[in-house]
Amino acid sequence: MDGTPLKEEDLKKVSTIVYKPNAKYAYSAGQAYSKFLLGLKDKKIIGRKCNKCGRVYVPPRMYCDDCFRPTDEWVEVRDEGIIETVVASFISWTRERIEKPEIVGVIRLFPSNDKDWVFPGLFHRICAEFEEVKNMSLFGKKVKAVWKDNREGSINDIECFKVIE
Amino acid sequence: MKSNLYFRRVAVIGAGLTLFRRRLLETPQELAWEASRKALDEAGLDLKDIDCVVIGSAPDAFDGVHMKGEYLAHGSGGIRRMVTRVFVGGATGVMVPITAWYHVASGLCQKVLAVAEEKMSPARPHPQSVFRYIWDPITEKPLNPNLIWIFAMEMHRYMYVNKISKEEIALVSVKNKRNALNNPYAQAAGNITVDDVLKSEILVWPVQLLDTSPVSDGAAAMVIVSEDIARRYTDTPVWIEGVGWALDNTEWTGRELTYPRYLEYAARMAYKMAAIERPSKEIDVIEPYDPFDYKELHHIEGLMIAKRGEAPKLLKEGVFDIDGDIPSSPSGGLLGVGNPIAAAGLMKTISIYWQLKGTAGKMQVKKPVHTGLAQAWGDLMQASTVIVMRN
Repeated sequence: MDGTPLKEEDLKKVSTIVYKPNAKYAYSAGQAYSKFLLGLKDKKIIGRKCNKCGRVYVPPRMYCDDCFRPTDEWVEVRDEGIIETVVASFISWTRERIEKPEIVGVIRLFPSNDKDWVFPGLFHRICAEFEEVKNMSLFGKKVKAVWKDNREGSINDIECFKVIE
Repeated sequence: MKSNLYFRRVAVIGAGLTLFRRRLLETPQELAWEASRKALDEAGLDLKDIDCVVIGSAPDAFDGVHMKGEYLAHGSGGIRRMVTRVFVGGATGVMVPITAWYHVASGLCQKVLAVAEEKMSPARPHPQSVFRYIWDPITEKPLNPNLIWIFAMEMHRYMYVNKISKEEIALVSVKNKRNALNNPYAQAAGNITVDDVLKSEILVWPVQLLDTSPVSDGAAAMVIVSEDIARRYTDTPVWIEGVGWALDNTEWTGRELTYPRYLEYAARMAYKMAAIERPSKEIDVIEPYDPFDYKELHHIEGLMIAKRGEAPKLLKEGVFDIDGDIPSSPSGGLLGVGNPIAAAGLMKTISIYWQLKGTAGKMQVKKPVHTGLAQAWGDLMQASTVIVMRN
């Protein structure tokens, strides 16, 4: 069996079957995410707390993974936190090159502290420049959510997280 | 001390690989057949001797065929036999021999054909776009993520906490692509420098093109049998002495990414079974999973072969070179050989098997080897599988 290294003319020889499955999904947000999404509409970040281990789940969960019991109460965490990690994407989800990099990362929300192995965390956009990602100055910085004016109960109700100090 | 598990000894007696390439013209079934046929030939068995078949393939979406286990069954010799398909994302490749191991160890089967196949290149516009559906549909997918984001986030956190530079990480890519020059199946072998890595296209900073493994097609297969069969067919069986696997939760946004805790769980399970107390002293050769260069270092730490944050230092000292104390990815790994996901993990297991059998040819490490380890990892920084073998 021979390999087939890519050549320009080879690409023309390939016949591609274009097929679009007419399949759409209507996901159920469930009890926890529904409350979370409604909270975003009111500029609130809602989590769920397990009183046995003390863990706060953001995004919320109706059960605690570790204790395997129901979580006990709704808690509101702050829309502020610390940048855990941040990256700059120069490609789209279809791997096309994009000019202005998209900056995303994980924010460890307050209340939490830097020794926590598990914490309330959100994956979101971060309003920053590529240089700050590259020189790693964003790590450990305090950030706050920038809320959109028209909120509809979606993770996109937050525009991004912005460095505040 | 060995744990008090009661099971039959299990050996590997044959293995086969196809070329790893982008856009192979063979179908997934033809690839699976070719690897299976080679494995049976090496073992000296025929398909009629096989009782059970284990098939591994990561997500269906790459090949563009749903229910891949059923689809691959006839190419893998699975017709009118017990067939199982396993998949735990990128960790699948090592889950395949583990599953074959417990088929035999339990006494259920005597001779198992374990096959892994992946064909990533059919996906358009790019295989990574099928990973859009790995993200949480409510809280993550609306942000239009691409797959490399999560690895870049983990890599950057690993670099930040342990104060590791991109230059130190790039050395993994340099080493593995150089090792792959000795591997006749390799797709992306080459003599490159750290500078080449740092100058390659930026995908998602800090991940650049040469920090990653390529899009590949390929298949791998192994024949895994009970002790009495192994003794009958070969003088040089390689024993599966320890296996381990573990998952963490999908809430990767709510946990520390610096250290792969789930891998430590999996490794402890495998070490206990194989009676390994000091992994860095007792393991001679390793194949940690390296779809990205930082991942090999991350995994060496999770396997407790280096202390947290110290894998780059040992790499620079040459410990993991092909003539070093603990050669790592002597096959060339995913960075050098290619990354047809499930097949890549099984390729790593096969590489260790050939090292221990002494038939790795130009890939054979310089020092004598007795104990080897292969590992795979996948999903949302979540799943890990470990296998320990001895000759």
